[in-house]
Amino acid sequence: MARFMLLLYANEGDEAERAERWAQMPLWNQLTEGLREAGLLVDNAPLHPAATATTVRVRGGRTELTDGPYAVTKEILVGYYLLECAELDEALKAAAALPTASFGSVEVRPVMSPDSLPGPAVPLAGPATPPTARD
Amino acid sequence: MPQQPAATPDEAGAAVSEVFRAERMTVLATLVRQAGDLQVAEDAVQDAFAAALVAWRRDGVPRNPAAWITVAARRKAVDRLRRDRATAERAARLAELRRLADQGDAEDTSARGPIEDDRLRLVFTACHPALDLSAQIALTLRVVAGLTTAEIARAFLVAEPTMAKRIVRAKHKIAAARIGYRVPEAADLPERLRGVLRVVYLIFNEGYTAGEGDDLVRADLCAEAIRLGRLLRELMPAEPESGGLLALMLLHDARRAARVDAVGDWVALTEQDRSGWDGERIEEGLAVLVAALRTRRPGPYQLQAAITALHVRGAGTGITDWPQIAALYARLADLEPGPVVALNHAAAVGFAQGPHEGLRLLRPLLDDPLLRDYRPLHATHGDLLRRAGDPDAAARAFERALALGGNAVERAELERRLHRMR
Repeated sequence: MARFMLLLYANEGDEAERAERWAQMPLWNQLTEGLREAGLLVDNAPLHPAATATTVRVRGGRTELTDGPYAVTKEILVGYYLLECAELDEALKAAAALPTASFGSVEVRPVMSPDSLPGPAVPLAGPATPPTARD
Repeated sequence: MPQQPAATPDEAGAAVSEVFRAERMTVLATLVRQAGDLQVAEDAVQDAFAAALVAWRRDGVPRNPAAWITVAARRKAVDRLRRDRATAERAARLAELRRLADQGDAEDTSARGPIEDDRLRLVFTACHPALDLSAQIALTLRVVAGLTTAEIARAFLVAEPTMAKRIVRAKHKIAAARIGYRVPEAADLPERLRGVLRVVYLIFNEGYTAGEGDDLVRADLCAEAIRLGRLLRELMPAEPESGGLLALMLLHDARRAARVDAVGDWVALTEQDRSGWDGERIEEGLAVLVAALRTRRPGPYQLQAAITALHVRGAGTGITDWPQIAALYARLADLEPGPVVALNHAAAVGFAQGPHEGLRLLRPLLDDPLLRDYRPLHATHGDLLRRAGDPDAAARAFERALALGGNAVERAELERRLHRMR
């Protein structure tokens, strides 16, 4: 046996597209269950949008944080850690300690918890609310 | 809650404004901790103030308006959390909020400790380094200072929807990425405090820079920055740099009116009409600075405030202590090395030890890629060359400075200097 990582890429889509995708939840559940029953699934989860990412670099001994997923184009995905942390700072500290942070970058992206997944009953696109009706 | 007879719309409105000004941040800061979500808490506090306006007109202003707002905001937060599925640990938050809401009255506010902690939590969360600097600034003005998104957008010359998007995105990141609602640990505090002070100073500078935008809105920004500075000093009395920043802002702000003359031309510090200075602000700034320096833990803001204080005293007595100013810039360059500090050091040395010594320090900066297009570098270069007796080179430096733009007031001053070289 060998382990394989499936990396899912997609544009983030607008509100309507996201709602459409979340409406496919039953299909996702069915696929995931199928993989689990076949003994292939180790773990899976959707990620929060790219806007919630923090990129960690260590240069000259100093930790630099960037708001967003800004890996340099030449940098490619080389590995992953999945951590359970009380809060972001804990994850950022762990990221800064990885050697990759000193010559590349480590993107810290929150994983969606199952209880915050918008189910089919709530046709809301992700946890983001539109920037209207404020103030 | 005991009520007085119905208030006139004006009385009720005035009472709401007063509580908003005095208590909004405290109520919000505590509710963020209890509700576990900045957006929910902010909306709930806003709901509570809107409800107060209606209820107080109808029933009169309650005896303890702040407590009324606290209780109302908590109930509104319960309503909002019930509807909002996306909030982390929603069930636990709801249970706790309901318990507090049933209890009915506000948390005991006689113990200042936890309340102050909540306000500090709010400050450090808004200025978290995982947020873009522009988002930290916007969020600080929004949630800490209580400005509306429209006001912030106007002050930063940004379209309101753009600013709204920036603020909503920041709040969403705080919730989704689990940015903790707490004061940093002792080990991280110095660095994080520097970040907070920087945000406040950037707000001040945005307001202080003459030229672009509506002058009145800009003056408001300075006033907000000073208010934030006072708050930080009050919340962190053991940190002398918060005093240093407040002193620096007060000493600059005191001279705002005198920076330009009646026809809008820039006036050098030494030639400013001191009757246009705000003496009270200067006194306060000096007192705050002295108190900070007494801790004997100097930092960049204390040093800059001390330099500004020497300039102010110099303008008053006609004798500026340039050797002392040059020494303070040298110290500042040690603590916070950077090309702009190096430029100021060169300029001060130019006055303390003569233009040739100043030029010796300035010349290497002309090749610095960060400074090459920095107007003050070429203006200072021109001044030093003029005083060193090289009017042709001075004129070239002033022309270079002029070519780099700047606002009308600054340009007029450079034109004047250039004209004198010919």
